[in-house]
Amino acid sequence: MTIVYEDHDDQAASDVPVRRIRFTINGQKKIAEVETRLLLAHLIRQGLKLTGTHTGCDTTNCGACTVLVDGRAVKSCTMLAVQADGHEITTVEGLATASELHPLQEGFKEEHGLQCGFCTPGMMMAAKALLDSNPDPTEEDIRWALSGNLCRCTGYQNIVKSVLWAAEKLRSQ
Amino acid sequence: MSQALDEIKIGGLGASRRRVEDNRFIRGKGNYTDDVVLPGMLHMEILRSPLAHARIKSIDASKAWDIPGVHLVLTGEMMATRNLAWMPTLSYDTQAVLATDKVRFQGQEVACVIADDPYIAKDACDAIDVEYEPLPPIVNPMQAVAEGAPIIRDDKENQADNIIYNWEVGDAEGTDRAFAQADVISKLHLHYPRSHPSPIECCGSIADFNRSTSKLTVYMTTQAPHIIRAAVALVAELPEHMIRIISPDIGGGFGNKVPVYPGYVCSILASILLERPVKWIEDKSGNLISTGFARDVYLDGELALRSDGKILAMRMHTEADHGAFFADAQPSKFKIGLMHSTFACYDIPVAHLTARGTYTNKAPGGVAYRCSFRVTEAMFFQERMVHAAANDLGMDQAEFRRINFVRDDDFPHRTPLGFLTDSGQYGECLDVGLQAVGYEDFLRQKEEAKANGRLLGIGISTMTEPLGAGNSREYDILGIKMFDSAELRVHMTGKALLRTGARGQGQGHETTWAQIVAHELGIPAEDVTVEEGDTDTAPFGMGTYASRSTPVAGAAIAMVCRKIRAKSRKLAAHLLEVSEEDIDWELGRFYVRSAPDRGVTIQECAMAAYSNMPDGMEPGLENNAYYDPPNLTWPFACYIVTVEVDPQTGVWDVLNMVAVDDCGVRINPMIVEGQIMGGLTEAYAMANMQFITFDAEGNCVGSNYMDYLLPTSWETPGFELHAEVMTPCPHHPIGAKGIGECAAVGGPAAFVNAVMDAIKDTGVRNIDMPLLPDRVWEAITQRHDVSGAPPVHTDD
Repeated sequence: MTIVYEDHDDQAASDVPVRRIRFTINGQKKIAEVETRLLLAHLIRQGLKLTGTHTGCDTTNCGACTVLVDGRAVKSCTMLAVQADGHEITTVEGLATASELHPLQEGFKEEHGLQCGFCTPGMMMAAKALLDSNPDPTEEDIRWALSGNLCRCTGYQNIVKSVLWAAEKLRSQ
Repeated sequence: MSQALDEIKIGGLGASRRRVEDNRFIRGKGNYTDDVVLPGMLHMEILRSPLAHARIKSIDASKAWDIPGVHLVLTGEMMATRNLAWMPTLSYDTQAVLATDKVRFQGQEVACVIADDPYIAKDACDAIDVEYEPLPPIVNPMQAVAEGAPIIRDDKENQADNIIYNWEVGDAEGTDRAFAQADVISKLHLHYPRSHPSPIECCGSIADFNRSTSKLTVYMTTQAPHIIRAAVALVAELPEHMIRIISPDIGGGFGNKVPVYPGYVCSILASILLERPVKWIEDKSGNLISTGFARDVYLDGELALRSDGKILAMRMHTEADHGAFFADAQPSKFKIGLMHSTFACYDIPVAHLTARGTYTNKAPGGVAYRCSFRVTEAMFFQERMVHAAANDLGMDQAEFRRINFVRDDDFPHRTPLGFLTDSGQYGECLDVGLQAVGYEDFLRQKEEAKANGRLLGIGISTMTEPLGAGNSREYDILGIKMFDSAELRVHMTGKALLRTGARGQGQGHETTWAQIVAHELGIPAEDVTVEEGDTDTAPFGMGTYASRSTPVAGAAIAMVCRKIRAKSRKLAAHLLEVSEEDIDWELGRFYVRSAPDRGVTIQECAMAAYSNMPDGMEPGLENNAYYDPPNLTWPFACYIVTVEVDPQTGVWDVLNMVAVDDCGVRINPMIVEGQIMGGLTEAYAMANMQFITFDAEGNCVGSNYMDYLLPTSWETPGFELHAEVMTPCPHHPIGAKGIGECAAVGGPAAFVNAVMDAIKDTGVRNIDMPLLPDRVWEAITQRHDVSGAPPVHTDD
């Protein structure tokens, strides 16, 4: 990521601490120069223009910014971009292939698991981490796995159904 | 004869059509305000007051200006030179944009910085030195009206105290007479705590003033873009046609995104001054601490009862805490919203309501959080009062309600406080609910459990609520009448573009609105594109809140379709070479009455409108409709909750939750059920954990998601929904009523009544929401009512 600053010809400009990182996002290898304090969520949204990852709360509570880092669900608003150096990130944009939706995406639509859609990418990424490790979860497993992600619209019941729908489809594939 | 269209197959009325908008949301391709990036865009951050009440002695922003990448620092003083330090509110008060004289609540906007990126802007906010002289803070109405209380609004001439209004409605003398006749008088005092709608997406705007065209475009999180355009035209004194408000996808609103906030105004001014796009995206603490809160009302009520269970009269006083500026988003005629809709489902001869509003050192707002202007408080008060009254009479909760319900054959029914309810089958809904929950059986289980030291309880909440403001005779916001609009363009191939003055925030308008077109015209829903939220293209409307979209904009859609159908009939007569009187309509097709096989489809009519119209007919097939509803719509709901309370800890668990909603015709049953479940969850949240309070210094407790608790998937109970009862709205073109908010309005009392029922033997009449374990435990062990009113005690 390139951040452009106004150059006032002073010391401050040369003091901006920047580090070079290499990482993989949605299967593509990238190199970026980032301010050390840059949050991963902002690298993804502003640097990589992947705006499907949302920021809702800044305090690691809402989970709208959830992405996968090396397969684990991580809230990208409380991870620094520099910590992603050498790691593999998957965002909501990496769920579908060119021709096919991921069963989670289909499940959320089929079971009306979303309304405003703002929490949805984070929900689906948290659910993906669950299904990758537990292909046949119970309702309780799902409710526990998604308890770090807040939704204000749906009441969760249809989200749980969406994940069950996806799990069943994934098992039958 | 040709095969008639199957309305469900074309996605018409009653189809649980999967949502069109989901196609982008599930791919992460939504377009929310923060996703909008414009060339040359700068970023704005706000510096907020750490104190609840203090005089500003000085502001020194010189260090902020020195930070590389800072383009502008705005303070109240600079705003004042442009006459923008204060702005009008939606309730005819004024609100500070950036503080000049005093700060009046913790989190108030003091200055803002515009910089190359938000990190730099935040650094610069930290570099601004503000010197404050602390003043005594006021955190509840009792303090506000106490003798010697500091005057919060000393900026206003003639404001000698902290009282905003005194208001009343109903028949005071008649109510007094009825109370004199009562066998039993039942009383209750409650505080409905301050809450925050808290959509996951915070508020934000990107203002883009283009000097070369003089046009101001603002992308912003607003539920009512046209009202914002009008407000910007009036406040910023820009010509209305040079203002374009675009409301992109909204990540939840629930009323929070109706008002005009200082951040919007500052981003607009900054863009005008800098001639560059300026983006402001609020952080969560900014959203929770400063933007439109809800509730915060003290309710004192009395019911005059006859010993056979009949309610003779109702008396109520509300004491509302409005914060530092009276900025309620509500119809201007009613100072305490539609609080006087309380007891609308009960046949009560006479009632009287008094209301007083006060200023306090808390955030302004008073938004209709998932409700139609204070009806949540009204219905909570009603159902808590009914619960207490039935107990005072020693009557069964269900039976007491049944005795007092407005009867099915008594509509339209005039309530004692002036509303006209339209329709309903209240007793039937209650019966369905009782049956579903296994009422008699549960009462037996409860007694058995009690013998084993377990506390089970059941709570009922039944209510009708007024949804869908206007009519325009009674409902306006800042003088703008509350109608709504739709515009339909049918293209020559029979595909269509529909635009409305509403603005969805997750309600699924893009899906549902097309279903109304399918129902009215037989054009398959998938052939209809729905657009909302851009004031340059959408017809003027009042936006989406207070469950008004289906009752008002939805009705406008049906009406514009009927205009299109009327013109299509003329085209059909021309194509079929018969007179208009000789043709009939079935879904999607006109046919010759005497020869039903001879017909033309709506698509053929559309083609003719552009290629083969009769002599003298204006070409094209498009129209618009402005709909002014004759009345509000009145859905009814029965919510029943069973709980178990742990007497050792005060923790309570929901055993069962049954919801019976009669919202008239359901356009998309899947979406309606989604709305109900969302509302029930917010009801559970308010009853169980979600509230904002203040300590004695006016510090906001609940200004981030670590303190402001929202239920997750783990604690949210499951819900059992029932749709067996359906009473069409008699005055809505397709018989629909509002539904988005019923469960959030009627739900909280069901949870609280259930817990109060479980601990009935303690003799405690009330625990204020949320029913936190320590409050319930205190009630059980100390056997006294538990108040939740601030100030709260903090550990330090």
